[in-house]
Amino acid sequence: MSATSAPEAMQWDSRARRVVVLWVPLGCFLFILLFPFYWMTVTAFKPDAELYDFAQHNPFWITSPTLAHIRKLLFETSYPSWLWTTMMVAVGSTFLSLLASTLAAYAIQRLRFRGSQYVGLAIYLAYLVPPSILFIPLATMVVQLGLFDSPFALILVYPTFLVPFCTWLLIGYFKSIPYELEECALIDGASRIQILTQITLPLAVPGLISAGIFSFTLSWNEFIYALAFIQSSENKTVPVAILTELVTGDVYQWGALMAGSLLGSLPVAIFYSFFVDYYVSSLTGAVKE
Amino acid sequence: MDATVSTHWSRNRPQPTALARFFDNKAVLVIICLLPAVGLLTVFLTYPLGLGIWLAFTDQTIGRRGVYVGLENFEFLFTDPIFWNAVFYSVFYTGVATIGKFALGLWLALLLNEHMPFKSFIRAIILLPWIVPTVLSAIAFWWMYDPQFSIISYIFVDVLGWRSENINFLGSEWPARWSLIFANIWRGIPFVAISLLAGLQTISPSLYEAALLDGATPWQRFRHITFPLILPILAIVMTFSIIFTFTDFQLVYAITRGGPVNSTHLLATLAFQRGIPGGQLGEGAAIAVTMVPFLVFATLFSYFALARRKWQQGEGND
Repeated sequence: MSATSAPEAMQWDSRARRVVVLWVPLGCFLFILLFPFYWMTVTAFKPDAELYDFAQHNPFWITSPTLAHIRKLLFETSYPSWLWTTMMVAVGSTFLSLLASTLAAYAIQRLRFRGSQYVGLAIYLAYLVPPSILFIPLATMVVQLGLFDSPFALILVYPTFLVPFCTWLLIGYFKSIPYELEECALIDGASRIQILTQITLPLAVPGLISAGIFSFTLSWNEFIYALAFIQSSENKTVPVAILTELVTGDVYQWGALMAGSLLGSLPVAIFYSFFVDYYVSSLTGAVKE
Repeated sequence: MDATVSTHWSRNRPQPTALARFFDNKAVLVIICLLPAVGLLTVFLTYPLGLGIWLAFTDQTIGRRGVYVGLENFEFLFTDPIFWNAVFYSVFYTGVATIGKFALGLWLALLLNEHMPFKSFIRAIILLPWIVPTVLSAIAFWWMYDPQFSIISYIFVDVLGWRSENINFLGSEWPARWSLIFANIWRGIPFVAISLLAGLQTISPSLYEAALLDGATPWQRFRHITFPLILPILAIVMTFSIIFTFTDFQLVYAITRGGPVNSTHLLATLAFQRGIPGGQLGEGAAIAVTMVPFLVFATLFSYFALARRKWQQGEGND
C-alpha cells in the first residue's frame, strides 16, 4: 500500500508544481498580453452612458451593446477611404518588394557571382537603418519628386524596410531547395529564366507567402513615413488617420477611437489567423537564417 | 509506342534565339536580378542617409533651401536641456525596456517550450500584440492610462481598494516614463518569446538527458545548456530589439507626444517635432544624426555576434 502511495503522492506533487510553475505564469502572460484587445473591443461596443460611468455599470462587461461608434466611424468620417488607401499602399509595396527581393535573393543565392556575399551583407545592413533617421531627408526628397501627399510616395518608400527583410527570408528559403534540381534542368537544356520560373519559384511558394504576408503586415502597420508624407485627410492611412483625425479637441471620443483601432486591427488579425504558421516560421526563419 | 519515342529523340533541339541567349548570360542576369532591389535601396535608403547627414550641417527649413552652417545645429543642441533630456530618456527607455522584454520574453519562451494542450493556439494568440498596428494598440494603452476612466485605476481603487485616488499615469514625468516603458515591453515580449522559442527548439533533448543523469539541478541545466545554446539567437534578437527600441517613435508619439513638459521625448519624436511640424529640417536632421553612432555600435555588435556563427552565405567561408 505504501509502495503505491508514494509515487502517487509524487505525481500529485508534480501536478501541483506544474500548475504553479507553468499554468499560473502562462495565464498571467496571456491575460496581460490580451487584455488591451479585450478592452478595445468592449469599449468599441459600449454606449457612452456606460463608458463613463463605472459606478452604475460593471466596466468589464457591456449591458446594452451598441453599434453607434462603428456607424459614426463608417458614415461620418472618411474611414472607408482610409482603409482603401491603406490596403492599396500595402498591396502595392508588398508586390514591389516581393518582385525586387525574389530576384535579388535568387541572384545572391543561386547565381553565385563574385562578391555575392557582400551584396547579401549590404542588404542585411540596410535592414538595420531605422526609418526614424531617414524620414526627414526622405520628406525633402518626396517634396522634390512632387510626390508629397500622394500614396505613391509610400509605395516607393516602404520597400526600403521590406526588401532587406524579404531578401533575407528568401535567401534562406532558396538555400533549402536542392541545387541538384536546377542542375538537372540545366542538363535538360532549360535556360536560367525557365529554371527560375518553372523550377525554383514553384518550390519557393511557401517562402514567397511568408515574405508576402510579412510585407503586407509591416506596411499596414507603418506609421512614421505615412505621418510625415501625407497631409490631406482622404489620403491618410488608418493608423495615422485615427491618431490625427479622430483625436479632436480635449474631449476624446474613446468609443469611436477604440472602434477605429479595432477595425484597423481586424484586417491584419484576420489575415494573421489564416497564415499563422507562415508568420511563425518566417519570424523564426529570419532569425535563424 | 516505341516508334513515337524514337522520333522525338531524333529531333533536333530548338536553337535558342539571340534574345534568349542574351538573357541566359550570367552577368546580364545578375545585373537584371539585382537592379530592382539595389536600385530601390540606393535611391530611397543610401542617398537619404547621406542627405540626412548633409542636412544636419545646414539650416534648411521647409520651403527654403539651406546653406552650410557647419556645426551650428549641434552646438545649439548641446546647450539645449530638452535635447539632453531626450538623450537620457532614449537610453533609459532602451535599457529598461530591453531588460524587461528579454527577461519576460525568455521566461515566456521557456513556458511555451513545455508540452501542453492547445500549444499552437496559445503560440498563435501570443503573437497578437506584435501583429496589430503599434499605433492602434498604443491608443488602447492611452485609453487604459486615462486619468479619469482608467481601467487600471478602477481595479486598484474600486476593486482591490489599495489606493484611494486614481493613478495619474501620464500627468507627471516619472509615471509617464514608466507607463511608456510598460507599453513597449508589452509590445516586445511576443517577438522575443517566439524568436527565442525557435532557438530553444533546436536544442537536442539528449543534452538534457545527459545532464539529468549527471544529477544537474534545473538551474544548472539552464545555466550550462539552455543559455549558452540560445546565446547566438539571443544576440541577434537583442541587437534588433535595441536598435528599434532606441529609435522608437510610434508608441511615444501616440500616447504622450513627448509630454508632459517634454519629459518623455525620445530622439526620434524630438527630431520629428522640430523637423516636420516645426519646419526646422536642419535641426531635426541633426537630432536624427546623433542616433547614428549608437546604431553603428549596435550594428558592429550584431556583426561580430553573427560572424562567429556561419551566417547566411557563410557556408564555405567564415
